Amino acid sequence: MKAAAKFLIGALTVLALAACGERKQTSGGESPGRRGDAPPWTGTVGEAFIAPGWKVGDATSWDNHIRARAQGQNEYSRTSINP
Amino acid sequence: MARMKFICDAERCIECNGCVTACKAEHNIPWGVNRRRVVTLNDGVPGEKSISVACMHCSDAPCMAVCPVDCFYRTAEGVVLHDKDVCIGCGYCSYACPFGAPQFPTNGTFGLRGKMDKCTFCAGGPEANGSEAENEKYGRNRLAEGKLPACAEMCSTKALLGGDGDVVADILRTRVLQRGKGSEVWGWGTAYGKPAQGSKS
Repeated sequence: MKAAAKFLIGALTVLALAACGERKQTSGGESPGRRGDAPPWTGTVGEAFIAPGWKVGDATSWDNHIRARAQGQNEYSRTSINP
Repeated sequence: MARMKFICDAERCIECNGCVTACKAEHNIPWGVNRRRVVTLNDGVPGEKSISVACMHCSDAPCMAVCPVDCFYRTAEGVVLHDKDVCIGCGYCSYACPFGAPQFPTNGTFGLRGKMDKCTFCAGGPEANGSEAENEKYGRNRLAEGKLPACAEMCSTKALLGGDGDVVADILRTRVLQRGKGSEVWGWGTAYGKPAQGSKS
């Protein structure tokens, strides 16, 4: 009787934990054969089109530049009115 | 690291379709394909609301999950892109996408469905940044030029905001606080209704 209870508890534990070992279903890792993509901060072939104010090849510089540029969409930061 | 997102302010969008035009012009999008479009609810009725919709570059993108050839990838900036050389044009992604972002150009005499095309957040594709091959397949790579998506930068009322998620969310939050309304237009309340007086949920 005791052994059966132990077996039942064990079986239920295994069943309950089964979902923990589930395979990740979202696409994550690199596929074989997929080509890599150069990050945007490495610049482009057409240098004439690169916006001034950041250093090509410097990720932090690009990041800061993009954040500053996005603030151009905020008219509260472009006017003297302080929100 | 920046995490790129779009937000459209429904209180400001005037349905001018400037974003749609900017996108089509910037990337030479073929006839019949709209990477971005403006959706209007209650069109013609006073109080109508418009919103500009394109690929939302989901953090857990359903298109990536269902693609049988795994042609999608996510950049470090959170932009969901795809490889047209791998895409087989099956259309699974268009069924999975809740925003109707994947588009399929009609190629050839009999209008065969071509490779999938969608908003790239102006970040091109796997080809070399700014190369002719990239431009031909995916359009211009503005991010690599240190610019933001053309649709957001061209928006006349600045309803459509694009850029680092933290920055654009801050801009929208400032607006909502200033005008005292707007956060309730799109979101939980719109989708599921507001809780009735005395109800449990």
